[in-house]
Amino acid sequence: MWEYTDKVKEYFLNPRNVGEIENPDGVAEVGSLACGDALKLTFKLDENKKIKDAKFKTFGCASAIASSSALTEIIKGMTIEEALKVTNQDIAKYLGGLPDEKMHCSVMGKQALEKAIENYRGAPPLETGAKIICECFGVTDKEIERAVRENNLSTVEDVTNYTKAGGGCGNCHDAIQQIIDQVRTEPKTDAKPKLTNIQKIRLIEETIEREIRPSLKHDGGDIEIIDIIGNRVIVATRGACSTCKASDITLKHFVEQRLKELVSPDIVVEEVSK
Amino acid sequence: MNTIYLDNNATTQVAQEVLEVMLPYFREFYGNPSSMHTFGGQVGQKIRTAREQVAALLGAMPEEIIFTSCGTESDNAAIRSALMTRPDKKHIITSRVEHPAIRALCAHLATQGYRVTELPVDKNGLLDLENLGKSMTPDTAVVSLMWGNNETGVIFPVEAAARLAHEKGILFHTDAVQSTGKIPINLKNNVIDMLSISGHKLHAPKGIGVLYIRRGTKFSPFMIGGHQEKQRRGGTENTPSVIGLGKACELAAKNMEKENTYVARLRDKLERELLKRITQSRVNGDPANRLPNTTNISFEYVEGEAILLLMNELGICASSGSACTSGSLQPSHVLRAMGVPFTMAHGSIRFSLSINNTEAEIDFVIDKMPAIIERLRGMSPYWNSSQPACTV
Repeated sequence: MWEYTDKVKEYFLNPRNVGEIENPDGVAEVGSLACGDALKLTFKLDENKKIKDAKFKTFGCASAIASSSALTEIIKGMTIEEALKVTNQDIAKYLGGLPDEKMHCSVMGKQALEKAIENYRGAPPLETGAKIICECFGVTDKEIERAVRENNLSTVEDVTNYTKAGGGCGNCHDAIQQIIDQVRTEPKTDAKPKLTNIQKIRLIEETIEREIRPSLKHDGGDIEIIDIIGNRVIVATRGACSTCKASDITLKHFVEQRLKELVSPDIVVEEVSK
Repeated sequence: MNTIYLDNNATTQVAQEVLEVMLPYFREFYGNPSSMHTFGGQVGQKIRTAREQVAALLGAMPEEIIFTSCGTESDNAAIRSALMTRPDKKHIITSRVEHPAIRALCAHLATQGYRVTELPVDKNGLLDLENLGKSMTPDTAVVSLMWGNNETGVIFPVEAAARLAHEKGILFHTDAVQSTGKIPINLKNNVIDMLSISGHKLHAPKGIGVLYIRRGTKFSPFMIGGHQEKQRRGGTENTPSVIGLGKACELAAKNMEKENTYVARLRDKLERELLKRITQSRVNGDPANRLPNTTNISFEYVEGEAILLLMNELGICASSGSACTSGSLQPSHVLRAMGVPFTMAHGSIRFSLSINNTEAEIDFVIDKMPAIIERLRGMSPYWNSSQPACTV
């Protein structure tokens, strides 16, 4: 049994905005029966060019239905520009989170939204130069690249959870790994929006949790965040790290380096005085 | 809310009589059956009785019964023993629709230098024995085919398959976890070498299984340890569960007729009425060769997990072969092997009954299912759409 949040269950059992809008301003269909989930999204704008109404029809599991319904609730009242900024993470957050294996449901919502906006703007529907990587589920390199970038994915399994790519015959696993490697080595553009303090603290925590602690634990060590003051991250060393003479090197060259790469180049890591 | 339990191929309720015979062996008679003293030895006597009860249900001899911890252990012990006792042979034949206990084991063995042939099934889930004949080679160590399929209930002609294997001097194993207690099994009338059973599928508790091994068949133990089970399976006996399984086998023999009349009639009624009331639905698996308690029905254009969760709101328990419930992104390997179209496979629901189900429960499900399917179809972009269904 999947562990769905109460909000996912609520949006599955009592979905908001089921249906299709007649004469919509934007419409999109993503997914397919073969894939096991599909979403048709329609929206209508008001005189101020804000999304007045949005409706969905979804074939899929509980989290696909809940994600679609959540999407329509999120974008109502938004301008097109605002709606374009909605990410799959926003959909998942709105629902109080989704199981990892179900993140692709939120990605489907994001894809439908983009396509519907393209449809409204009359833009070309296909990303230029996109190449199908996963034949089983028809996922392109561009889609995988974006999922890796936006969700900071690091394994093929993550990519499968978020995009379904690689969930069938498995022949594309090498190709997916190559895309992951390529995205993860590319320099971070500074075009990212400036983080609020809360966002920065959360990102630091997430990065340490996901990128740093597993490596340290592998060698029997560990660190704990004591405080975050501006760009100063104060940590305490634990386990093997706390007795290791080289721990300050690890903190500067590994921990700080990763945080600079993934959070902000201004991060400084300091060890709490023992 | 009442629970209507139609998921008996997943597990069954321990029978009251089974529980009662087990209870004294937790606290009152907790002795080790291997002990020299009477306090332990009297438990050993009960295990002997249980072994006789299991043997009676199968038409086997008591010494051919080995108690294990579950069906998966029995399957592992059987296949590994076959390979260990025939070390020169490196080929295994099985089918594309086996339970993961066999399928994943064979996939693992394929990485250890063994060659595995998975026999196909037709659109009704049936096996063509001619394919088996063609696949056997001098290098084949063992053929393992399930007796009754857990997802569709389709019955394989394992007795005929065992004869074919024997003609070539190849060992034959069957996973009879789903068929035991549901259809008559008499090992005196066939040449099956090894057979696996799981207790919790026939109203005994979880954590107890049986491996039948025909007398005279060479055996190499999987679980190595003490002298228990004539050194064929080490480890102190799970005495309450062994005793419970004995009772469950006795009850299964007694209830076999009810299973094939009462349960089969309820199953048929459920199937008939659902197909009648819900358009674009169909049964997966050959209706003429099926376990009496199982029906697997696909409802087109809706997804199985969503159906299950709406059923769950009404207290109805069943299973699905949809991708979202299988733990992978593809629908059930059984339905795919049968070539069930994706439009159908994603919306498949398995109902598996037991003698504990009542007519009123079945009527309730028949009454509620159409609205569930209609509600989800109302949300589905494919339903009533002018586009033809996607076929891959």
